[in-house]
Formats: sequence, structure tokens, C-alpha cells
Amino acid sequence: MIRSNRWMLPVWLSVFAALIGMAVAVTVTTGCKKKAVDPFPASGAVTGWEKTSETRVFAAKDLWQYIDGDAEQYTAAGVVSTSTSDYKYQGQLEATVDVHTMGDAAGAGKILAAGQGKDAKTVQLGDAGVAYAQSVIFRKGPYLVRIVAYESTPDAPQALLALAHGVEAKL
Amino acid sequence: MKNRREFIKTTAAGALVLGSQSKLGLAAVLDQKAPHADASKSKVVVARDAALHDSSGQLNEKHVQDLLDRAIASYTGRDHPVDAWKRIVPVDKVIGLKVNGLGGKGISTHAALVMAVCERLQQAGVKPGNIIIWDRSGRDIQACGLTISTDPSRIRCYGSDVAGYEDQPVEFGTAKNVKLAKILSRDCDMVIGLPILKDHELAGVTFAMKNMYGVVQKPFELHAGGCNPSVADLNCIQTIRDKVRFTIGDAMSSVYNGGPGFHPEYLWQPNALIVGEDRVAVDHTAWQMIERQRAEVKMPTLEAAGRPARYIATAADADHKLGTNDPQRMHLLEI
Repeated sequence: MIRSNRWMLPVWLSVFAALIGMAVAVTVTTGCKKKAVDPFPASGAVTGWEKTSETRVFAAKDLWQYIDGDAEQYTAAGVVSTSTSDYKYQGQLEATVDVHTMGDAAGAGKILAAGQGKDAKTVQLGDAGVAYAQSVIFRKGPYLVRIVAYESTPDAPQALLALAHGVEAKL
Repeated sequence: MKNRREFIKTTAAGALVLGSQSKLGLAAVLDQKAPHADASKSKVVVARDAALHDSSGQLNEKHVQDLLDRAIASYTGRDHPVDAWKRIVPVDKVIGLKVNGLGGKGISTHAALVMAVCERLQQAGVKPGNIIIWDRSGRDIQACGLTISTDPSRIRCYGSDVAGYEDQPVEFGTAKNVKLAKILSRDCDMVIGLPILKDHELAGVTFAMKNMYGVVQKPFELHAGGCNPSVADLNCIQTIRDKVRFTIGDAMSSVYNGGPGFHPEYLWQPNALIVGEDRVAVDHTAWQMIERQRAEVKMPTLEAAGRPARYIATAADADHKLGTNDPQRMHLLEI
């Protein structure tokens, strides 16, 4: 028994090292030195919504690869990184969730305020939020979340709001 | 080292020679046949179809081919689509279709338009393997609703993330250290721009000329000063100037604010195609379309919003001579 436990020690050390490595990788990939946050609800976590893509993460310096032309306003507001993932509601309505991790809450507030149109409806989400027929935008602490649907359907506003609450709960 | 004026003079002369010796010189040929032609003016066709989108906002894809045919017929003065397309493209060459999928799924060049163009190119005699649909990346291609394909016997459709960029940089004015997409520099003989009309957070408007930011490796390096004069400078780079010869602009749907990303709250459906050779005249026409929409919804002009599309006038100036932004020197056909 003693001998077999000695054999197990390197195995456990390897597993432990691998777990540490994975944690570091997540931190490095997100470019965020704070605790690692996965804001994206898994498939089925929010009724009707399925996560249909891998999460992609862009550090501030690479944000142009995702939103070239838009990236500057986020950079100016202190974006640290942006994560994005695609979703589908009841197999029909496609949507994208963008989570921008800003340097502070003021940066998130700046982006939210700048993008508000006259049709914006205030919604109770995070620290502040607005909704349109095909999109929901809210901020919570340093996070600025934007959820956009690619079609206008009668149930889109409620479905988007439900998904937004699912994201908010994970932030 | 040539100064900019000397360079323009040289490239303009080169373009004239190319135009006179190959089928890529379009204007003279087209203007002879088009109704109400005035060869001294830049022709721009705006073709519309009020029924292009149904009541739920869905694109009637069957209408797109007809809209394209009307636009091209009007532009060329040839009623038969095949005949018209033979006037536009050298059928024995490799034709690139530069789409724009940067804005994501909601606001990218429509696949139905791309397919309609491909259909007519093939009917005109262009081999499927000689048609390349391309953009920055596979993601952008897919955002347009297109499928990646690199099979050389079929229509190819892929991004510069696969094909790569030139190692040797080129430059013009502020557009320095520009590494061009190999698809443009090596693979295509002629490129048709298929941009989608959008408001742009920095440049004011993005359409024909701004679409060329998708042919360089680091477009973000050209964003200073509201992209002015970088858009104009970039389009003066000889390979772009010479090869990108025609625009079939997608103004079927657009965003009049919040661009270049997809902001459905500012989505609008002009239900139009904007077609022309003169990229400056095409962009001027597109810009005016956005301004009219903004005025209609009581939004400030782009100038008042702090993002005037100044690069359009720059592109028309004596240092660039890419086309005209003077309505008096345009022949605008709205059909």
C-alpha cells in the first residue's frame, strides 16, 4: 500500500499542475487579472436558450479584429477585454451576447449612455439597462453587456430579457 | 522618391493605358450604349424595389436578382443581363467579389446579392473557379451567410486569414506600411466591391472606399482623424486603384447610426442597390442616402454628430483624383 501511494504522488502532482495551468490559461486568455468570470449561461440554463458557439475572447489591443471601427470607443472608455458567444432561442431566433469587461463602472456607464436611442426602454437589470425590440444593453459594475437578436419576432423582447437576466446572474 | 502629385500623374496615365488596352476600361464602352449618356460625367445607378422586404422585414431573395438585373441594365444600357455583364467584366479573368461581413450577421453584404452576381458572371462566361468571394476572415464570410470553399474547380469563398497578406508593404500618403491581401494582389485580375451601406462611428459612412479596409492586414492603423485622409490614401494604392473597378453596393438594409456594428435599433431598409465605377460618386450618393434617413428620423447630420465623411471630398481632390463628389459631374439614375 505504501509503495502504491508513492506511485500515486506524481500523478496527483501532475493533475494539480494541470488544474493550475488551466486556471492561469483562463486568466491570461481573458486578459483580466481579477477573478475569472464566465458570464455565459450554458444551454438550457435559461429556458429556451441554447449556447451555439464557443466563447471568443478579445484583449483590448485585439478588439479591432472583432469590432473594427467600433473598438476605439471601447478602448477610450477603458475596455480590458471583450467576450462573445452566440445563442439560439427555441431553435429559431439567433442572438449574440457581448460582455465587455471595462476598467471600472464609469467606463461601462459611458458606453451605455453613448449608445442610447430615443426608443430605449429602461429595464431593471444590473446597475442600469435599456431594451429595444431586438436588443438589450446593461451594465453591472465594470461589465457592459450587449445582447442582440438578428430578427424581430413577437417573443424576442421577453426572450432577450430572460437571457440578459441569466447573464446578469453570472456576473 | 516621387511626390504625391507626380505619383498620381503616373498612376493616372498607367490606368488610362490599361483602360485603353483591356476590357477593364469600362467607362467609354458603357457610356456609348447607355441612355442619356454623358461621357464626361460619372454614372451612378440607384435601383430600388419597395417590395424587397416583406411586411415582417424578411428579404424577398427572389427579388434580388431582378433588382440587380435592372441596376446593371440601366448602368450599361443593355437589357439582356448576359450582354450587360460582358461589358463589365473580362470573362477570361479572375474576378474577385469583396464583400463586407465586419458588422456581423445582422449587417453584412447579403448572400442573395453575392449569389445573384455569381449567377450572372457565370452566365457571361466566367468560369466558377475564376470567381473568388472574399473578405478579411472566414468569420466575416460566414456573417454574410456564405460558406467557406477553397475548391479551385468551384466558386471559391474564403478569407485573408487563409490566403494571407503580402510581406512587402506598400504606401500612399498616410496609408503607410500597408500589407495587402494576397487575394487582391495575386489572385484577382479585377475586383467588384460589394460593400454594405452603414453609418460609421469614426468615418461617418462606410461603403465603397471604406470597404478597402478589409483588404489590408491592420486596418485599425488607418483610423486616425476620422479615417481622413487614410480612406482616400488607401484607395490610391496602385493595386487597389487598378483592380477594384466596379461597385455593386448593397443598400438593401443599413444602419443609419451606431455603425459599423449591428445595432438593430437603427436598422433601416433602403431596399436599394447603388452601382457605379466611380467609387467617390458612389460613396457620395450613399452618404446622402444616410443623411436623408437621419434627417427623416430627426437625427443630427453626421457633421453635427462629430463624424463628417470628409474622406469623400479628399478622395476627389487634386492629390487623389479617385472620382468626383460634385453632383454636377455625376449622372445619377434613380430607377
